[in-house]
Amino acid sequence: MLDLWRRLLPYLARYRGRVTFGLVALLLCRVFYLIVPQVLERAVDALEAGATDRMWTFAGMIVGVSLGSAIFRYFMRWYLIGVSRYAEYDMRRDFYARLQELPAAFHARYRVGDLLSRSAQDMNAVRMVLGPGVMYPVETVITTIGCFGFMLAISPRLTLVAVAVMPVVSILMKILGEKIFRRSEVVQAKMADISAVVQENAAGARLVRAFAQEDSQREVFRRENEAYADRSMRLVAVSAALFPLLLALIGLGLGGTLVFGGRLATDGAITTGELVAFLFYYGYLTWPMIALGWVVNIHQRGAASMKRLAAVFDAEPLASPSALPEDARGWPFAGDGAAIEFDRVTFAYPAPAAAEDDAAPRPVLKDFRLRIGAGETVALVGRTGSGKSTVARLIPRIHDAGRGAVRVGGRDVREIPVAELRRRIAFVPQDSFLFSMSLRENLAFGEPDASDDGIRRVAAEAGLAGDIEGFPDGYDTVVGERGVTLSGGQRQRSAIARALLLDAPILILDDVLSAVDSETESRILAAVRRAALERTTLIVAHRLSTVRDADRILLLDADADGAARVAEEGTHDELVSAGGLYAAMYRRQMLEEELERL
Amino acid sequence: MTAPDLATERRDRRLLRRVLPYARPYWRFIALGVALVLVAAGAQVAGPYLVRIAIDDHIAVGDADGLFRILGFYVGLLTVGFLAAYGQAWVVNLFGQRVMRDIRRDVFSHIQRLHAGWFDRNPIGRVVTRATSDVDALNELLSSGVVMIITDVVLLGGIMTALLLMNWRLALVTFGAVPALFVAGWVFRRRIRPAFRRVREAVAAVNSFIQETLTGIEVLQLFRQQRRRAREYRVLNREHTGAHLDTVLCFSVFYPVVEMITAVTIAVIVGYGGGAIGSGALTVGALVAFLMYSEMFFRPIRDLTEKFNILQGALAASERIVELLSTEPGIRSPENPRLPARRDGSLTLNRVWFAYNDKDWVLEDIHLDVAPGEMVAVVGHTGAGKTTLAALLLRLYEVQRGSVLVDGLDVREWDLRTLRRQFSMVQQDVHLFSGSVLDNIRLGDPSISEADARRAAEEAEISAWAERLPHGLDTRLGERGAGLSQGQRQLVGIARAMARKSRILVLDEATSSVDTETERAVQTALGRVLRNRTSLVIAHRLSTIRGADRIVVLHHGRIREVGSHHELLARGDIYSRLYELQFEPEAALAVG
Repeated sequence: MLDLWRRLLPYLARYRGRVTFGLVALLLCRVFYLIVPQVLERAVDALEAGATDRMWTFAGMIVGVSLGSAIFRYFMRWYLIGVSRYAEYDMRRDFYARLQELPAAFHARYRVGDLLSRSAQDMNAVRMVLGPGVMYPVETVITTIGCFGFMLAISPRLTLVAVAVMPVVSILMKILGEKIFRRSEVVQAKMADISAVVQENAAGARLVRAFAQEDSQREVFRRENEAYADRSMRLVAVSAALFPLLLALIGLGLGGTLVFGGRLATDGAITTGELVAFLFYYGYLTWPMIALGWVVNIHQRGAASMKRLAAVFDAEPLASPSALPEDARGWPFAGDGAAIEFDRVTFAYPAPAAAEDDAAPRPVLKDFRLRIGAGETVALVGRTGSGKSTVARLIPRIHDAGRGAVRVGGRDVREIPVAELRRRIAFVPQDSFLFSMSLRENLAFGEPDASDDGIRRVAAEAGLAGDIEGFPDGYDTVVGERGVTLSGGQRQRSAIARALLLDAPILILDDVLSAVDSETESRILAAVRRAALERTTLIVAHRLSTVRDADRILLLDADADGAARVAEEGTHDELVSAGGLYAAMYRRQMLEEELERL
Repeated sequence: MTAPDLATERRDRRLLRRVLPYARPYWRFIALGVALVLVAAGAQVAGPYLVRIAIDDHIAVGDADGLFRILGFYVGLLTVGFLAAYGQAWVVNLFGQRVMRDIRRDVFSHIQRLHAGWFDRNPIGRVVTRATSDVDALNELLSSGVVMIITDVVLLGGIMTALLLMNWRLALVTFGAVPALFVAGWVFRRRIRPAFRRVREAVAAVNSFIQETLTGIEVLQLFRQQRRRAREYRVLNREHTGAHLDTVLCFSVFYPVVEMITAVTIAVIVGYGGGAIGSGALTVGALVAFLMYSEMFFRPIRDLTEKFNILQGALAASERIVELLSTEPGIRSPENPRLPARRDGSLTLNRVWFAYNDKDWVLEDIHLDVAPGEMVAVVGHTGAGKTTLAALLLRLYEVQRGSVLVDGLDVREWDLRTLRRQFSMVQQDVHLFSGSVLDNIRLGDPSISEADARRAAEEAEISAWAERLPHGLDTRLGERGAGLSQGQRQLVGIARAMARKSRILVLDEATSSVDTETERAVQTALGRVLRNRTSLVIAHRLSTIRGADRIVVLHHGRIREVGSHHELLARGDIYSRLYELQFEPEAALAVG
């Protein structure tokens, strides 16, 4: 709870003017509200005295006082609830900004759906703390104090009688509340069981049908269904009592007040008007008692949700210097060019959050060395899981080396501002993701100010120009979820064009040509070769035909510990004639291509 | 009424027609609930009336002792009221739970009738939602919703009756507030509805934007466009806040307006009532009771306004449920199923064409006869259509052209379940249910005794590793068989098939993930099972194929070669290449 408010206060503090104004409005609203019974008291007393002609004056006063209450109630809601929305805006902005800056290691740990529910449900639960979570407790406190004050002024003894039930109410609410909580947990668990049965049934739909197990599945479901209904009724047995019990207890207090207050009135200790006002104040106390449980609930939920938001707010973004070091002006240095070097790099993927294994994650790379000279084109091949993509992803700091250093232009990549580093790397990731915007915007994603000619040029180079002209809106065709669905090959070519548009000295292709047919592949490769001429290029590939022309081909293979090492190295022809793993892989792929053609 | 309103009304009525029959068997609960509502509401309404009696008959005349009689009466009334309210809540919930149970049962039961293709199109999450949260939302409509509305109406009626009894003139004046409240509520609803729609749209836009950011986070960061993207987000976030502020404004205005209407009503009661007292038509106690009633009066009216929104949500949910219940099963047993003349276990695919969507043929013109007791192996590259072929035999999907015959009878003429009982199938990706290992072997089939299941476990080499489990074969497996390796799961799948005494066996790469050691043992057992049974084996391993009577080579959805291992190898065509790719020692080096 403390942590919740420590985090929330700064957001509220920005709007302290509005909060103050809202709280003042709340106070005034309650003051006017609490005056109404006072007017009624005087009206009833006047009636008893036979002054019936003054009644419309009292009526006017009631309307006047209520108008005050109503006006300030408007301001109270508008400011206090409104502030929670403004603060939510700020919180969402910060949350989003943080999400964007968190490194791949973070995003690998949390599923998209999980983060989405944090940004929607949890954010709203926290917002509730700032809005109703602030307004209602303050309102409750003020109302309670005001009512008690007036009630005590009328008769301390009668107040004692009236509130005698209150501790009972609180205790009963607490006991029932806990019971309800426990039983509803059971109900929720049963609901989870039902979900699991349906989930399994749907996942195994084929099996159920193949084994004609529909009836036995129905029986399994029937049992869970009955159990759920049964547990629900056990919950109802308690929860159904809550509100009627509250009403009865409040009624009991009312009855006691009436009898005892009636005696006081007949004894002349209080007037009938005072008794009426007292009854009204008593009625005013009911709502805060009910609201209290709700407010506690809001705070509890808010605290739980804040914890989930904090997991994002407290996650460390990629550490990166704000500017190039003094001696690195003009990096990458002309002499060294954009050479890439892996110096005894050790890297292991962080264990997923769910894993309870104590064992340290197995390194993918261990004391890994690699040097790509400026302007050189190097290809990395190997089986799935051999670590070739990891190597590519360490260069633009999607991941960071655990031990050792990755150097670009002679500089450890961690010494360079990450934006500066990435500006110099045209990276084509494995998953060629496109945003739901026009193709033009997608191609110019890294260079929003690129000229039309430039965009058309890279589209042509990536073998995409023909496809785009075939689209209804050409370059303005919107792609992605809300637009045209591109084929896997079209998406990959778009991703390549997007990277080619960058004027970057380094080009990295992370296994990007797997979803295009061999004819398109050779066209793209021609473009890549042209682009590679002026750049330091790293091609990670699955299909060996992709890398045939590379200056150097490195075959990665896992050593005994499962860490990657360079098993074979050379040009295509050298490796094929060496008759090792590369040669075997090459023969298999030739065979597969042959099969495809048959 | 506008056209969309009419359409909504028609939809609502159509939905109710489908849902109401579920309530019918339990109408007694509802009747009892309503009766109890009357009692509970009566007890609530009696409160202020007792105040009137207390003031007029006792306080006014100084009779303090009479007050105790009233208290006694009132406590009795409270007790009755409490019991009635509690009983009502209980019985109404019982009603809701029963109805939900029945609907849920029917939803699940109906899902069992739908064919495998339906599940390809409907994500599991959606199916689960239908049977769980959608049914729950319906509960709002059936129990809380309807009963709350009845409660509110009864309460309102009770209060009005009490008012009329005390002084009908003042009562009528007080009722003037009712139209005012309904107008306020109506205006409010008209304002809040577009505001809520704007909120929904803004929320959806924000969510899908964030989702896109998260999915494309790598590209976003590599191309350093975070700042631009954050700017775009700001626009959506601002709209999100603006939309919410709209609703805040609506509520901020609505509550004070209601407060003012209440205040004016109280003022009128005081002003008009004061005059009536002057003329002797009203007592002070009655005036106080009027004032207390006016406070009670407004709650049910406000509630009714809010209930409206909940009901809308419930209707949307019931629409989805009704839609599911109305989905026709794509494959069902014929009206008059036939039995085959002979049960020899022969299989025939007669010029079969099949596509999952439209004309995207997965199988083209497949012609295959499997003689009784024969073992046929199907080999082919990934995506050749092998698994589909197996599924067609069990009529998990319907062929578009041609026919599939089992025991010489078209599968479309078989009773669906009788047909499927002829088969034992082992799928490559073995699906496990939560339950023990034994449960998963028996799969709820009563004809398989526990001893049978244990024997099958023994033969499928499960017992060896099951011994290491905490409770052996009775160990409960977690969700989706968590904790078992792919190979172990395949063994469970094989045991499943072994425990069944079906005449036809279909193995779909059943041992692809089993280690070589175990494989050898399982092969021996499989050999026993295969004997005297017709079998179709989709194979990944040479050892499986070697024992086959015939090998069928499926390539790009067509049967391209048929023959024995040696014949096909000698041909040097597709099979020989497949053989080299999949079965040679080098195959261990899986690329890709």
